[in-house]
Amino acid sequence: MKSILLSTVAVALTATFALADGHSVVRMGTEGAYPPYNFINDAGEVAGFERDLGDELCARAELTCEWVTNEWDSIIPNLVSGNYDVIIAGMSITDERDEVIDFTQNYTLPDPSAYVAASEDVDLEGGVLAAQANTIQAAFIAETGATLVEFATPEETVAAVKNGEADAVLADKAFLTPIAESDADLVMLEQEELIGGGVGLGLRESDTELKDKFNAAITSMKEDGSLNELIAKWEIGDGF
Amino acid sequence: MGNRRRFLKKKPGEGHVPSPSLFQKYALTTPDTRPAIFSFCTDPSSLPDWQWMACYLTTGKHMSIYWSVLTVLLLLAITAPAALAFGFAGASAARSRIAPLSWLGKGYIAIVRGVPDIAFFLFFVIALDQMIEYVRHRALCPDWSEPIRQGNDFVVCAAAKMPLGTAPQWVHETYGFFTAVFTFAIVFGAFAANVLFGAMRAVPRAQLETAEAYGMSPRQTFMRVLVPQMWVYALPGLSNLWMVLIKATPLLFLLGVEDIVYWARELGGTKTERFTEYPHGDWRMWYFLALLVFYLLFTRASEVVLERIMARLTLGQATTGGEAQRKAA
Repeated sequence: MKSILLSTVAVALTATFALADGHSVVRMGTEGAYPPYNFINDAGEVAGFERDLGDELCARAELTCEWVTNEWDSIIPNLVSGNYDVIIAGMSITDERDEVIDFTQNYTLPDPSAYVAASEDVDLEGGVLAAQANTIQAAFIAETGATLVEFATPEETVAAVKNGEADAVLADKAFLTPIAESDADLVMLEQEELIGGGVGLGLRESDTELKDKFNAAITSMKEDGSLNELIAKWEIGDGF
Repeated sequence: MGNRRRFLKKKPGEGHVPSPSLFQKYALTTPDTRPAIFSFCTDPSSLPDWQWMACYLTTGKHMSIYWSVLTVLLLLAITAPAALAFGFAGASAARSRIAPLSWLGKGYIAIVRGVPDIAFFLFFVIALDQMIEYVRHRALCPDWSEPIRQGNDFVVCAAAKMPLGTAPQWVHETYGFFTAVFTFAIVFGAFAANVLFGAMRAVPRAQLETAEAYGMSPRQTFMRVLVPQMWVYALPGLSNLWMVLIKATPLLFLLGVEDIVYWARELGGTKTERFTEYPHGDWRMWYFLALLVFYLLFTRASEVVLERIMARLTLGQATTGGEAQRKAA
């Protein structure tokens, strides 16, 4: 009798979970404006480190994934209200964000943030520094004595330096490196800031089963070295 | 270029690809398989300027901006009549002799006109979406025991999702599009209601008295005399609204619909050669210039059409315009 009861409970529980986390299609939300992490390629599709990573994670977790883009500013509210299921947008794991959403384990090591300026002699203490709004870099500058100007997109932060509105831009080194290399007017400063705890996938706090699946997939990619291959391929920083 | 080629290598047996989705069709790993519009587009870096430009302007990414132009035009084509319908209903309700109906109409006009568009767009759409999902959740998943609000999360059962989580991307986009149409129609409907409310009052009292003297019921007076005559008073206000509506379409992005301005910013941004076959500097100015021309032409075309409608509506009216037409004839 007892075993029948138990198995009924077990079946009921599984059924509920199947309903609760019945993610037959997992929608991956990204920004699409932050190369090499994520960007829109010439064909108009999401591409980049996180595209490769996300597809591989979905394959390993046996999920069908679909990609959608969303503005950075509203990327967390739209996850929480259920427009998509995962944030995969170069989002560093921070305590403030962790209060609102959940993160998987990090899939990149903390990438140092770098400055790009029009010339070497920039006053980082008291100058005007550009950063994208709602990023760890913006929070960091706000703590220092420098004046912070915020922009909605990464593109605009760099443009602000080029047209003289800001003295320098602070952003992830992997994002700024190709820009500094291809533009003769811009230099990357030697000073770097170690902020952030690495990048992870963002999920709703109630989505624990999906989080476990992705955590397992990331662990398996870390173990067989395929994650390091992707990091090297897209020049994201050091491997694990 | 060299970098990109290096990326294409894949170990055998690795990277099992899940069933292809909309985006996966043209994933980065197969950048060159998409048939180009022009046959010479295989190696853009070696092309002369005009050919490079032709290839550049026909990339898949540029197709998105052309589509977004159509999306915006379609949105306007559906929203304008819908807003007018909301406006007509609101104005008729506001001047109704039944008190609650009149309060409803006046309340709609006052509240929606008073709330900033952006706040309305962010709040109303999320509230509407969650309300639909809540109702579906109640109806479709009666034995659900967990609370719907879990901290910050709004959690409903998978069957109540709107659109369904399993639905293809185009369904999501269409759903987003129609939420946008609905929201625009409500916002602009409130302004249109106020315009029409004023226009209905502007019809000369003598016209209505004559209708009554002929023995028409209030309903007949409204439909046969008041409504046909009010448009001439409403048109200047409505044409203003139309112009504002044309330029309000960037608000679409708040609703997840990618409009022309979004794509102009995205396409015009600096592109480094590591991530594209068509590297260029900050071209946002040119894209915005193109937008400027587009909007100016569109506004001009609207003006021409509106002028014609005005001439038509003025015909035989007891207004200065109607009098001038009568003398000229």
